[in-house]
Amino acid sequence: MSNQSILILSILIPLIGGIGISLLHRAPNLREACTLISSIVLAFVVYSLLPRILSGETVNITFREILPGLALEFNVEPLGMLFACIASGLWIINSLYSIGYMRGNQEKNQTRFYIYFTIAISSSMGIAFAGNMFTLFIFYEILTLSTYPLVAHKQNPEAKSGARIYLGLLIGTSVGFQLVAIIWTYLVTGTLDFTPAGILKGKIDPTVLPILLALYMFGIGKAALMPFHRWLPSAMVAPTPVSALLHAVAVVKAGVFTVLKVVIYIFGIEFLSETGASTWLIWAASFTLLAASIVAITKDNLKARLAYSTISQLSYIVLGAALASSIGILGGGLHIATHAIGKITLFMCAGAIYVATHKTEISDMTGLGRKMPFTYAAFTIGSLSIIGLPPFAGTWSKWYLALAAADTQTWLVIGVYMLSSLLNVWYLLSIVAKGFFAPPSEKSDPSTGTIKEAPLLCVLPPCLTAVGCIALFFFADRVVELLRPIVN
Amino acid sequence: MNFIMPHLPVLQVAIPLIAAPICVLFTFGGHRKLAWLFTLAVSWVCFLIAGALLSRVLLDTDISYAIGNWPPPFGIEYRVDPINAFVLLIISGISAIALPFARLSVEKEIETDRHILFYTSYLLCLTGLLGVTITGDAFNIFVFLEISSLSTYVLIATGVRQDRRALTAAYNYLILGTIGATFFVIGIGLLYMVTGTLNIADLAERLQPLSDNRVVHAGFAFIVIGMGLKLALFPMHVWLPNAYTYAPSLVTVFLAATSTKVSVYVLLRFLFTVFGPSYGFVNLTLEFVLLPLAIVAMFAGSITAIFQTNAKRLFAYSSVAQLGYMMLGVALSNIPGLMATILHIFNHALMKGALFMALGCVMYRLGTISLGSMKGLGRSMPWTMAALILGGLSLIGVPGTVGFISKWHLILGTLEAGFWPIAILIVASSLLAVIYIWKIVEVAYLENEINQEKTLNEAPISMLAPLWVLVILNFYFGIDADLTTWVARNVAETFLGGGS
Repeated sequence: MSNQSILILSILIPLIGGIGISLLHRAPNLREACTLISSIVLAFVVYSLLPRILSGETVNITFREILPGLALEFNVEPLGMLFACIASGLWIINSLYSIGYMRGNQEKNQTRFYIYFTIAISSSMGIAFAGNMFTLFIFYEILTLSTYPLVAHKQNPEAKSGARIYLGLLIGTSVGFQLVAIIWTYLVTGTLDFTPAGILKGKIDPTVLPILLALYMFGIGKAALMPFHRWLPSAMVAPTPVSALLHAVAVVKAGVFTVLKVVIYIFGIEFLSETGASTWLIWAASFTLLAASIVAITKDNLKARLAYSTISQLSYIVLGAALASSIGILGGGLHIATHAIGKITLFMCAGAIYVATHKTEISDMTGLGRKMPFTYAAFTIGSLSIIGLPPFAGTWSKWYLALAAADTQTWLVIGVYMLSSLLNVWYLLSIVAKGFFAPPSEKSDPSTGTIKEAPLLCVLPPCLTAVGCIALFFFADRVVELLRPIVN
Repeated sequence: MNFIMPHLPVLQVAIPLIAAPICVLFTFGGHRKLAWLFTLAVSWVCFLIAGALLSRVLLDTDISYAIGNWPPPFGIEYRVDPINAFVLLIISGISAIALPFARLSVEKEIETDRHILFYTSYLLCLTGLLGVTITGDAFNIFVFLEISSLSTYVLIATGVRQDRRALTAAYNYLILGTIGATFFVIGIGLLYMVTGTLNIADLAERLQPLSDNRVVHAGFAFIVIGMGLKLALFPMHVWLPNAYTYAPSLVTVFLAATSTKVSVYVLLRFLFTVFGPSYGFVNLTLEFVLLPLAIVAMFAGSITAIFQTNAKRLFAYSSVAQLGYMMLGVALSNIPGLMATILHIFNHALMKGALFMALGCVMYRLGTISLGSMKGLGRSMPWTMAALILGGLSLIGVPGTVGFISKWHLILGTLEAGFWPIAILIVASSLLAVIYIWKIVEVAYLENEINQEKTLNEAPISMLAPLWVLVILNFYFGIDADLTTWVARNVAETFLGGGS
């Protein structure tokens, strides 16, 4: 297969899967098989592109120009390749998990659920391979719209108002700020192509550069920079597979991926560090990072706590970009991968606990670790990886990010990283500790005695990703190797 | 063919004009279906003629046709250039697409013994709109304007079977529309007083030395106000929501997609061909009258739309806002701004055509279009509601739809003029559109059906097919905007080049 056709296929396969799912809506087993097959085929196709990109090939397709300088254009570069690999790889595991969770919970409208899932994955692929800011923006919006029905899935008033906040903030920021920034960029440069050294240098007055950067950073609402982070906790009303794959991996990572893309290919790292336009962003991201961690501690609802943890972790990546150094970019890229695999583990565990016990509040989860050993083991590994302890994947990305802070001599940022890691320990390990060491609250809840592990398809996926957390620790250099061409 | 080709400009108007009285003859014997078929055929002929005219003026030169061989400026001249050929194509195209939809819709919504007269009025309305657009004579514009307006009053009033408020809506529009037309004709009269001519090209020439003349100023003011009323420029829009809401579905589709657009075209013609931005008073009007009114319209229309419970009225208010966008482009009077207006004339016709047609399908099945009755309709009428949502996305201006193309140019226009706060206002008002579209999404998809035992069917294919043609066009011209932007650029350059 030629590289071009692989690229097109990776966007089309999920959609074809979606059509298959809608045709098979009367036969649930076949329908689920269709989801699984399309996820496996997609991952196969995407990973077949990986060696070619590693060997330095580039792939570029330009469809028609909609307006002069605004083409529908795709281009595979290392960062996009990484994002596509993560999203497609985890889709397989998450599909298994979805089957276990949706059936275990007897959710309604499952066909709709699976169909919109495929559209969301397809648009994630579009974001990963977008060759210019315009194409990226189109798929960014499709991703927002296609995940709306997933967030509103339960159709009760709570889901509806959550979905309203979700859509309002994401569309509001993207149209209100990001689109303005895109048009502004187009007006001064006449192009929106992602170019290795950036396109703005010499075209724009450096004094207004921070304003343009702010329009982009707050416009990319999916990166959940405070004060536009509320959509992520609101999205937690969705079924857990959605929270796991979309709101820990695809959607939020699409946000920080866009941040990195904009910083690298629109502004250019050198131009940013010369002008110092991103200095304010270092502090804005640091604030979000710490504030979200502190809010996470106060949350008793498990998914809400994980959501705030995600907000905080996303700011690690934004911070990496804001440092405007090549090591920071590497660290940010790496953190996309390590956080994805860690956080999806935690969410899938949260879902498994919900399926098995119907508990959502952490304070009710005392002593569950002994009843659900596999789930809690996976949760522990995921937590340790997010905290950044060896031998788990999260170690390396934090290492690189701290190196970047040292490299740019922003010492305070190292302090921020350290402090936030301590907060991570507090809000994540306390859940583990309660699970394993606190006595079960059998008196208050007579059903506790009968609790056992969730169905296999709910427990196996988080265990797989937990193993992934360990594996990625040993193979992190591969990811760095993939990303290195961006910064050279 | 060679014999007909030079006479296409007059045939464009003459065919529907002659067809209207012929249509009445179907009353003998009550051939309702034949009347419909006849109207359909006439629409398609008009569409083909408009297509031929557009391709001729784009590839060749402007056409000037002297009616009765009286040479202009003495006789009436029909003058076809890219802009009005484009508008002709929009009018006849929408009519050609809407009529297949019409049969069942009209059958359902209008009393049986009035069908043939309905189609007759429709043909007259079509004649009027085409005539206003094609003619190069200022007084002739007024004549055709009245033909289209009078038939429109009749068409709106036929909505009486659904809701008796159609009568007051028609009466309201009759009063306000007549005031608008009167203002317009007074303006023409004043211009005639000082120049002695009614031919538009001739007027433009003779007005050149008269830019300080008080009578010319007064005439200009009368024309702008008169047309402002006809195109529902805020705050002269009060007739529009009721007229759109209570008219039969077909009439709403046709009027929303064409009639206000024709008024926008006439205003453009007077602002830029007859006068031109080089006149001080034109410039002042653009900057200090049209610009603020356009912005207020964008917000007032959208905000009012959010609070509507009747879907048709919701989109009617949204039209007020969309006309604000068009006027904003005019007020900017630079190339991207005017391009935005011209593009939006076309694009808005596509989206509102699709939206009102989808509501027509809902009306056909449900007999009402209040939001409350549309609960859970996404399940029983999936194709109709999907079309409604896709049309709504285009209205919001999501990339890949035509709405994006117009908004993009509009924002470029404001930035080029240095009004960047207005760019932000445009974006903010698009977000208001998200709110009212999402109201419909929530009702249609997230609520449970009210009437569980009565199963609703999807609308018939003859109504769905035209609807989806429009929806697909919304996306086609959103992705392949070469043709429309080329025409728009062509026109904008002629307007600004010729005026200054």
